[in-house]
Amino acid sequence: MAIEVIEPGFLSILQDRGRFGHHRLGLTTGGPLDLNAYRICNKLLSNTEDAAVIEVTLGGLIITATSDHLICVTGAPVELKINNTPVSNWSCHTLIEGDSLSLNAGEKGLRSYLGVANGFEINLDFGSVSTVTRENIGGLNGDKLSAGDVLHCKSIDDRPKLKLEGEQLPVVEDQASLRVIPGYQYENFSKVDINRFFSTPYKVTDRSDRMGYRLLGPPVAIQDKQLLSEGICLGAIQIPADGQPIILLNDRQTIGGYPKIGSVFSLDLGLLSQLRPGNSVEFSQISVEMAHNLIHLNEYFIGSLKTTEIL
Amino acid sequence: MRIVDAGENSLIVYLSEYVTPDVSNKIHYLAHEIEKVLIADLIDLIPSYASLLVIFNPLTTDHFAIRNKLLAISLEECHEWIGSQETITLPVYYSEDSGEDLTALAEKKGMNIDDVIELHTSVSYRVYAIGFAPGFAYLGEVDEKIAMPRLNTPRMSVPRGAVAIADRQTAVYPTSSPGGWNLIGRCPTKMYNPSEPPYMPVSVGDTVRFEAIGREKFFALGGKL
Repeated sequence: MAIEVIEPGFLSILQDRGRFGHHRLGLTTGGPLDLNAYRICNKLLSNTEDAAVIEVTLGGLIITATSDHLICVTGAPVELKINNTPVSNWSCHTLIEGDSLSLNAGEKGLRSYLGVANGFEINLDFGSVSTVTRENIGGLNGDKLSAGDVLHCKSIDDRPKLKLEGEQLPVVEDQASLRVIPGYQYENFSKVDINRFFSTPYKVTDRSDRMGYRLLGPPVAIQDKQLLSEGICLGAIQIPADGQPIILLNDRQTIGGYPKIGSVFSLDLGLLSQLRPGNSVEFSQISVEMAHNLIHLNEYFIGSLKTTEIL
Repeated sequence: MRIVDAGENSLIVYLSEYVTPDVSNKIHYLAHEIEKVLIADLIDLIPSYASLLVIFNPLTTDHFAIRNKLLAISLEECHEWIGSQETITLPVYYSEDSGEDLTALAEKKGMNIDDVIELHTSVSYRVYAIGFAPGFAYLGEVDEKIAMPRLNTPRMSVPRGAVAIADRQTAVYPTSSPGGWNLIGRCPTKMYNPSEPPYMPVSVGDTVRFEAIGREKFFALGGKL
């Protein structure tokens, strides 16, 4: 009971919720860039919260089923077809043995999540399935998926087929407003630079990946002072000497020595990770307390999503 | 102890702006103690030269609670290092071929390449932190005469084994990755092996010395350019 990868597309990688507790070996966390899309995928499949799915960047993935499976695709909207028949995103579908499923990139967004009932059964590396190619761990061999890979998973059972509809569907945009918690060396930046940073849009460059998004806009001046390398959290906004901000994501380095103005709120990182090169972002400030409340509200949002059973 | 917000679920504790073995001892003592106190609320810790990043579960605790727990830890009781204290020698092939910034660094410092090599190999370095990438050991401190700031724009890719300097820190890149340090040579020793323990040859607290080797020995030891 498995699915087979026929075409891997640009970048398809296995991800569970991430690898935690190993920063002291220098291991990063990995995990889905659009965490809410990943969580909703598992929710629609009635999976556990950390089931392994495939994160598909920019579509191009084609798989076939070697037995009957229940699948679901969330995240960036893709042109999804079962044996050439279009089917909807954010909804469970049954794959019958021999069926093929293809995901083609849509006009907006980058990361889609293909899940299967019970999740893919993959060996854990340091407690997690999450693929980090730079570290050569997770996934099947520490690498992205390639043609011929076989991913074991349970076949269909009597769980409900669920879908998400209407206003509850997350919208993927080609720009994002990112809320920032001021932190780290924030106090060392000049008022002028801080004001400019928070009032001017920045463009996403093509030097952006799962490690970080490199932006282009008015340079932010940094103090000449040498900084000792220190721990980097998810979303940290690093300002290297050229003044162009880098937002550090799931595959970030764990320690770095560039000054940081603060960190992007985690839920907004999901929006950022859906942006393509050339798209724009703007920043605003929120307090730690506000961020904390928003995290709790998001738990309520995920917990109270109204799914509809497909009969 | 200075405690600053890092992100929505993390705080960073600074004990000093300077690198000393004593500060390093205290950071690791603090990491050890906070781990015992936080238990399930803790997601991860990143100890470094003079700071400790504490990442916690925002659904079960908050900044105020963590800050108070950190402030309650007394560093008075920390006197000496109790962790690993091995000495490891790492071979390095220093050359223009294997260290793209070696010539530029020598020129900037008004010395020849051999002087740079001599200064880099004459110091015993302490492993102050492991991070950035798996197996990346931050070593200090480099002789002031060859200290160089990071590149203005980091490279998208630095090769595995690259030996590099940033300010007064030095390190060996364990895997190919982006990086902004000045490259001065290449080390053939594998610094990270995810398939079986020990995953890396060095631990925090260890001493590292570099030994200059020639091109042939570099290849004989499994090095690749």
